[in-house]
Amino acid sequence: MITTQDIQQQTIAELFEQYPFLPGFFEENTLDVDGQINEKLDDFLNILDDEEEKENRAMDKTQVMESMAEYITQMLAFLGEDEDEGVNSITLLPGTNKSGEKEKFEELTINKSEIVCIVGPTGSGKSRLLADIEWVAQNDTPTSRTILVNGEKGDKKWRVTSGHKLVAQLSQNMNFVMDLSVYEFLELHAQSRLVEDVEGIINKIFEQANNLAGEKFSLDTPITSLSGGQSRALMIADTAILSKSPIILIDEIENAGIDRKKALELLVGEEKIVLMATHDPILALMGDRRIVIKNGGIHKVIETSGDEQNLLSELERMDNVIQNMRTRLRHGEIIRQEDIGF
Amino acid sequence: MNLVTVSGPPSSGKTAVILKTIDSFQKRGLEVGVVKFDCLYTDDDILYEKAGVKVKKGLSGSLCPDHYFVSNIEEVTQWGIKEGLDILITESAGLCNRCSPYVKSVTAVCVIDNLSGINTPKKIGPMLKSADIVIITKGDIVSQAEREVFASRVNTVNPGASIMHVNGLTGQGAYELSTLLYDEKVEVKTLVGEKLRFSMPSALCSYCLGETRIGESYQMGNVRKIDMEDKKGKK
Ligand SMILES: Nc1nc2c(ncn2[C@@H]2O[C@H](COP(=O)(O)OP(=O)(O)OP(=O)(O)O)[C@@H](O)[C@H]2O)c(=O)[nH]1
Ligand SMILES: [Mg+2]
Ligand SMILES: [Zn+2]
Ligand SMILES: [Zn+2]
Repeated sequence: MITTQDIQQQTIAELFEQYPFLPGFFEENTLDVDGQINEKLDDFLNILDDEEEKENRAMDKTQVMESMAEYITQMLAFLGEDEDEGVNSITLLPGTNKSGEKEKFEELTINKSEIVCIVGPTGSGKSRLLADIEWVAQNDTPTSRTILVNGEKGDKKWRVTSGHKLVAQLSQNMNFVMDLSVYEFLELHAQSRLVEDVEGIINKIFEQANNLAGEKFSLDTPITSLSGGQSRALMIADTAILSKSPIILIDEIENAGIDRKKALELLVGEEKIVLMATHDPILALMGDRRIVIKNGGIHKVIETSGDEQNLLSELERMDNVIQNMRTRLRHGEIIRQEDIGF
Repeated sequence: MNLVTVSGPPSSGKTAVILKTIDSFQKRGLEVGVVKFDCLYTDDDILYEKAGVKVKKGLSGSLCPDHYFVSNIEEVTQWGIKEGLDILITESAGLCNRCSPYVKSVTAVCVIDNLSGINTPKKIGPMLKSADIVIITKGDIVSQAEREVFASRVNTVNPGASIMHVNGLTGQGAYELSTLLYDEKVEVKTLVGEKLRFSMPSALCSYCLGETRIGESYQMGNVRKIDMEDKKGKK
């Protein structure tokens, strides 16, 4: 824990040296240190003691100092976490469905690099399940479910701290809204995660994204002008590599302009726990298991069987037939019997 | 009675989030009331009425809505107590980014949305910086990375706050928020003697008083001018 006493007598230069992330705090709080870098923090912040400055900036010295100490404490904790403090598994313990009946499973553990699909009609309780996981429910949500992290009662830090979110989400409705190039966008995200080798990470994500995307894009393409498939590819590569959240929830991936199989392989390779809400048979069979939701509760857990997995290659062939016809149509060609190839 | 102040830029999703949270309160059998403060116009009271909660609205008209809020909050509190509410929520739009309606002992919630741009946290003053809980909305339409960057910017200006993502359309996260807002042990009886978290600007110029003519001779009181000189030696 860093307290205000620890920082107030140091110069700003010393603080920046010690805490390389601190300039961002000054920047976001509109504190301009130009030419005052060698002043003691305490003296520098004296400007805020002046009534008029305080009014104009709407900040007071004590508040800024406390806030800074809290920020340093958080960032140090964030940087100090190493891999083995990571999430290796989550476990669901049953609650009840909308009629108050116990859910039909005993204990469900999902390990990293596993893909679990969630199926069930709209309104059946898929979002509630997800919300329970995100909130590490401890028998304190409407379903009375309990979620364990690494087999233990989950830490409440997952609930409300911005650097610790258990679940990252990807859905078809999501778009990029920032006015940035691919490079600037990845740089911004990497910086906010306090990554050391920013350049290396950008290249890695960029390469992976292009590997997933049907049509290639470049680092200076504005993110808002990427096609649907390219956006999806960049979102998935970025989330796989740069998001700190150990669990990724995917709400369908449309089969257009992106290699979905490679996308899932990337997420699994980055040791994510993948939850996928989908009714697409190809995606569903790529999962290790399927959770069936009915009437607000988990009704069944189905292992993807060997037989089902064998069907996958056949399904993929059918899918290719359709994709191929699409391409032919686009190029003004005629669809023929042999295109179906059965 | 519990009291909660919800503030945030216009259209950030305050009403949507409050309505979804009210759902959760009502399921627990709690009596909820809302007071909506705005400047010139609002329809929010109709939405709250439809949700079956007691509602009052106050339009500040020619006054800064936050100043108006503070001048009325005690009366509003007494109304809520008289109506037998378990929880009273006030909603007000932060219009000048400088004032904020937060009272020291009252739970303060700021609602901002992912679409407002990553420089927004920097621009909003005490309304964001001194909130206890910051709710970020509209995460359903932006990418994961943008949500993460936005949340980290919010965290930088208010590291002490609980930061949560709530979807105002589906209500995802609203149940969880409701558990942070109501505490049966808390009993607000009066706000007399309580203090604001941050003072409000003392600006009082002739335009505050209804002046419409332009020109130096019409400007009185607290007048400040833009520095139009070219700065040398500084970028
Ligand atoms: N996509 C999406 N839209 C949202 C979300 N939250 C709110 N909205 C929409 O945003 C618009 C503004 O929401 P309101 O709840 O009225 O915002 P407000 O902050 O109460 O607005 P004022 O009271 O007028 O300042 C509405 O059209 C909402 O449906 C969200 O999480 N996602
Ligand atoms: Mg509103
Ligand atoms: Zn104001
Ligand atoms: Zn004025």
